[in-house]
Amino acid sequence: MGFLPAVKAFPRQRPLLFIVTAVLLWLGLYQLILPTSELLVHYLPVDPSSHLAGALQFFLYDTPKVLLLLTGIVFVMGMINSWFTPERTRALLAKRGEGGANVLAALLGIVTPFCSCSAVPLFIGFVQAGVPLGVTFSFLISAPMVNEVALTLLFGLFGWKIALLHLGLGLSVAMTAGWVIGRLKMDAHLEEWVQQMPKVSADDPLQNVILAERVDGGFSAVRQIVGKVWPYILAGIAIGAGIHGYVPESFMASFMGKEAWWSVPLAVIMGVPLYTNAAGIIPIVQALLAKGAALGTVLAFMMAVIALSLPELVILRKVLKPRLIATFVVVVASGILLVGYIFNALL
Amino acid sequence: MKNIKVLGPGCANCKTVAKLITAVAEEKGIAIELEKVEEIREIMSFGILATPGVVVDGQVVHSGGIPSRDKIAQWLTA
Repeated sequence: MGFLPAVKAFPRQRPLLFIVTAVLLWLGLYQLILPTSELLVHYLPVDPSSHLAGALQFFLYDTPKVLLLLTGIVFVMGMINSWFTPERTRALLAKRGEGGANVLAALLGIVTPFCSCSAVPLFIGFVQAGVPLGVTFSFLISAPMVNEVALTLLFGLFGWKIALLHLGLGLSVAMTAGWVIGRLKMDAHLEEWVQQMPKVSADDPLQNVILAERVDGGFSAVRQIVGKVWPYILAGIAIGAGIHGYVPESFMASFMGKEAWWSVPLAVIMGVPLYTNAAGIIPIVQALLAKGAALGTVLAFMMAVIALSLPELVILRKVLKPRLIATFVVVVASGILLVGYIFNALL
Repeated sequence: MKNIKVLGPGCANCKTVAKLITAVAEEKGIAIELEKVEEIREIMSFGILATPGVVVDGQVVHSGGIPSRDKIAQWLTA
């Protein structure tokens, strides 16, 4: 066997050994980022105290750090995802009554693989199997908003406290909004053809997945997710670095600060037409925050960008009548507004 | 000749899967009939929960994400 094919076959033949090696390698690289970026900026022909040096240091340190974090976590999530297929999630949810199921749906939203282009098949499949409408919405709100990409970026750029807050509040919004929609009894506002779809059982086809296949799942998640979002992250960090180095301190405070009560609704309204898969927006948001924007306002903006996107609403319109779409938007937007105000009031 | 359907409402991943299947079939010299199913009601009639889905001779073999080349080769030669 040649060298390259041997390297390629290694993760599949010795999955456990591969995981241990990969973890050690990852940790080693992570330790090297800060000294390397400092060294690089030191040897570049720029004044170390200038705006340019500040922006460069931010860019050279944050880019590899965020990309490395993202690769590691997406790989692990790719492996975890192989335990939580949409079929299994559906089977778990169909068995439970509302309330508890809303909580479970929001939690499963974190670990079940989801892409917004699958929103419609998933929606119909859940409803067909007798998962209540409100529970389906809890899942549909949580899955894109509380995902590993958003959480990793928040952790990498803001620290674990903010990442945890986003996790907790995102889950709360998903649970509550889904529960409220369930109370409104809007099943008649699904498109007729969806209501007429034959009922299906929520069986979970049990599959035996071996460790090597889960490792494969990790690789394909990295290829598909990191391969897709890295240009957004690079662009986002570059813009963030620019704001970091050049926009004066407290510039944002005037119109995104705590004193401006209208800033939270404005942030939510601005967030809806913007759509960048969570990855591009967070680095920009970090820079806004550093320049005096209020945390609640910024979090509300981010949640609105991720959870209420125009493209997804257009896709969902195929299965939901206008009144149900409008209710969905109003309920979720209110939840996000509340989060924004609570934060600004507490901190 | 195998009949293969790629189920998906025209998203990027769906197109990638269709291309990948064509490429693997050519590589292996296997003649296939490839159909793209983009109408959402028709997609749902196969009972999948995530797109892209792949159907080989009426049997759903895959749903959600991009399958590996090895897997595609297995479907084509089975």
